[in-house]
Amino acid sequence: MRPDLILHVVAKFFIPLIILYALYVQFHGDFGPGGGFQAGVIFSSAFILYSLVFGLDTAEKIIPSHWLRILAALGVVIYAGVGVASLLLGGNYLDYTLLGSNQIAGQHLGILLVELGVGITVAAAMLILFFAFAGRGRD
Amino acid sequence: MIDIVIDITLLSFLAITSVAIVRMTNLFAIVMLFGIFSLLSAGLFVVMDAPDVAFTEAAVGAGISTVLMLATLALVKRRQKPYYGEAPRSHRAWLPLIVVAVTGSALVYGTWDIPGFGAPDAPAQSHVARYYIENTMQETGVPNIVTAVLASYRGFDTLGEVTVIFTAAVAVLLLIGGKRSKPAVKTNKKGEQDEA
Repeated sequence: MRPDLILHVVAKFFIPLIILYALYVQFHGDFGPGGGFQAGVIFSSAFILYSLVFGLDTAEKIIPSHWLRILAALGVVIYAGVGVASLLLGGNYLDYTLLGSNQIAGQHLGILLVELGVGITVAAAMLILFFAFAGRGRD
Repeated sequence: MIDIVIDITLLSFLAITSVAIVRMTNLFAIVMLFGIFSLLSAGLFVVMDAPDVAFTEAAVGAGISTVLMLATLALVKRRQKPYYGEAPRSHRAWLPLIVVAVTGSALVYGTWDIPGFGAPDAPAQSHVARYYIENTMQETGVPNIVTAVLASYRGFDTLGEVTVIFTAAVAVLLLIGGKRSKPAVKTNKKGEQDEA
């Protein structure tokens, strides 16, 4: 038996729960506490836990760092894109009212997309920070 | 009543933690205590009915920043150099003491003018907060007013914040991240060997 067997089993049990909780915080942010920022941090903490337990190289195989760079930019693009979309629909920048059939539907869709952008950028940025710091000591 | 008991307990734990952080030299223990400090602050925010802020504090302060500190700690020594014996003879304790005492009494003096917690006539309550509370549900249909304010009413601010986070990630990548430096280092080494 390897000495870190318990750690591996417990981490494997926890990681899906953390990701599920992050998704809950992300998409339930309209109704309960939370939102894109918190969800992004929780989501990245699942991958940080994985790389702490299974090693940095294994974690970088799952999420290659060039993906993270694209994702970090993608979140900002989604956020700004929602603003451009509302501009093209004839409204003001980041005025979500015209995105849906009525004001409430539009606001709901806009807030959901914007929070998604925030979550993606925050999760990717936190992982970039972690990999940058933790990767320094390798060689 | 129960709020006051919890407040006093959390605040005294905060004070104990800060004193412990100042007195310790083991950096690993200090990082752990920083995490505990953040978690206690998150508890205080929950008592003050700010779950969104508490969430952020617990996730970022107690979670991510502790991990980042640990990752940094792996690169440096675990023990802070003791500096008590190295202070010059002319070093006097009274100047910092006076600065701390004056700053502290100014802060305490400032708290006398702060309106009571949750007071309805407080400046924070009397500007736009009232509008948000009255109109958020009709205008956005989002029950969590914090989310509505962050994502819709103050959408520009949040766009700026996301850009700041993105910029921070880019800056860290440029400074210490990325694997582009590795081939350069290797070629340098090869060059040195060739020269040798």
